[in-house]
Amino acid sequence: MITRRRFCQVGSLLPLAGSAFAARAQDAKDPALDLKEALFGDRPISENDGIILLEAPKRAHDAAIVPITVQAQIPQSPDRFIRTVHLVIDRNPAPVAAVFHFSVESGTATISTRVRVDTYTSVRAIAELNDGSLHMAVQFVKAAGGCSAPALKDKEKAFATLGKMMLKQPERIILNQRNKVQLLVSHPNFSGLQFDQISRNYIPAHFIRDVTVRYGGRTIMTVEGNISLSEDPSFHFSYVPTAEAEMSVEVVDSDGLKFSQAWLVSPSPSL
Amino acid sequence: MSGLRRRATKLSQRRPDVAAVTRRRACGCILSALCCATALQAQASALIADAVELIEVARGLHVFRGAHEEATPENLGAIANIAAIIGEEAVAVVDTGGTFAWGSRFRAAIRLLTTLPIRYVINSHVHPDHVLGNAAFDADAPEIVGHAKLLDALAARGGYYLQQVTELLSDAAAGTRIVTPTMLISGRQEIDLGGRILRLQAHPTAHTDNDLSVFDLATNTLLTSDLLFMDRIPVIDGSLNGWLAVLNDLRQLPADLVVPGHGPASAPWPAALDAEERYLRTIQSDIRALIAAGVTMEQAVESAGQAERNSWLLFDSFHSRNIVTAFAELEWE
Repeated sequence: MITRRRFCQVGSLLPLAGSAFAARAQDAKDPALDLKEALFGDRPISENDGIILLEAPKRAHDAAIVPITVQAQIPQSPDRFIRTVHLVIDRNPAPVAAVFHFSVESGTATISTRVRVDTYTSVRAIAELNDGSLHMAVQFVKAAGGCSAPALKDKEKAFATLGKMMLKQPERIILNQRNKVQLLVSHPNFSGLQFDQISRNYIPAHFIRDVTVRYGGRTIMTVEGNISLSEDPSFHFSYVPTAEAEMSVEVVDSDGLKFSQAWLVSPSPSL
Repeated sequence: MSGLRRRATKLSQRRPDVAAVTRRRACGCILSALCCATALQAQASALIADAVELIEVARGLHVFRGAHEEATPENLGAIANIAAIIGEEAVAVVDTGGTFAWGSRFRAAIRLLTTLPIRYVINSHVHPDHVLGNAAFDADAPEIVGHAKLLDALAARGGYYLQQVTELLSDAAAGTRIVTPTMLISGRQEIDLGGRILRLQAHPTAHTDNDLSVFDLATNTLLTSDLLFMDRIPVIDGSLNGWLAVLNDLRQLPADLVVPGHGPASAPWPAALDAEERYLRTIQSDIRALIAAGVTMEQAVESAGQAERNSWLLFDSFHSRNIVTAFAELEWE
């Protein structure tokens, strides 16, 4: 909860549109320092200490769709697990791209998603363990224009499928083991920085704010999203099924629209 | 045929004074646009001195062949094939190039060929190398013709494209602005240039969601614009599956000749489609197989479509991005 409150503070310190560029200019020296304090106060953060790895392309192929993976190097065991991962893109107009909350049932806190990158920047993942310790991995990504880039390739289709989800599961789901799945959510995730040339206005920000994934009624993972997530947000995550049960996903966007979908999962014992 | 010959003679008789008048007008126009760019002025004058080379690929259908480069201050964004089609009463322009400066030079070159009014400026789709020269035709007060979705696409992207062209080309982009369409096409519509009908077809999402092709019935020439890339690697900015479907539709057209959006000024139809279709099918089947095997987008970028590497110019500039785009589309299947 502390994390969530702090995240909100950062949200208000760095408004989404309009003054975003001003905020960025102000922070031109070292935005990471301000952010670190706003997010984590003076708590120590260790780096490259065997808790997480960050995988990101050194140079983005498409600044509006930059795939990022945070690899957890420890399993989610009841006495030691990754509780939260902050994904931060230092020089983006809204630097906190997403906050992921995991449970022991996640099996692993390894997570992949796709983000917009607005300019050459460090991308960092900060993991918080259940003991409150903070662990960081950083990579520099060369990309430009991802937040203001017009993303919609087919506007009509994007709105026809708003909120539709797809869960991609392996052919066989293995009981009592980690299974990796992909959740896709159809949503334009407007950044608020995309300009409408004809109305002379910015297209209002409209993005996925909260994603909750449950399995058999228990929360596996939640995501607090932001404008830095790419159009049609994608999440690869894991879970450990212990019985046949329903996986359900609930999404709330910044306009308060709610979308939900559920899939029955029938795991089979490992061979 | 005799009418044709007569018109041609008339044109060549008229040509000297027309040329003199238009050249002067064109120079004034471009130079005033670049007046603040003293450093570039000498260079700009040199550029104006070279006439835009137009190739008459079919009777009265003149094509400027774009360079296989990215837009630079030196090429003035003239990287796409653009064309002028001359009827008995009017002229239609198909795309205007990537800057006001280039559009102005293109217009000057058309004015060396004919004094007929330029009644239509057809925009084949929203991309900057095709539409950012529109403003050069303001004086003709033409209908600006585009796909029904072009207006939305310009609204969403125009500002971004202007910013990009200004950043990349700085002073060479002076005077460049967005000119919105006045005549929107859905489905099929014909326009008449006087004894010359152009059949305009608005396509479903393919290269972009606002592709418009032009079929010149008088010469059986199809102007696909960027629905067809030759030599230069295709760029997917709409839908890979949709593009393949549109190629299939286009293939049925009884054309003799095609003017591609990038590539030679003209090419034989329909064989000209083969290489692009092969590229698109290759990445489609590669990506589908990778998705089925559970491979991630970033891994797919490394391997999908690599068999095509040596077949295309600018492969390294656009291929990876194509894979990202196509992957994001195909993973919903």
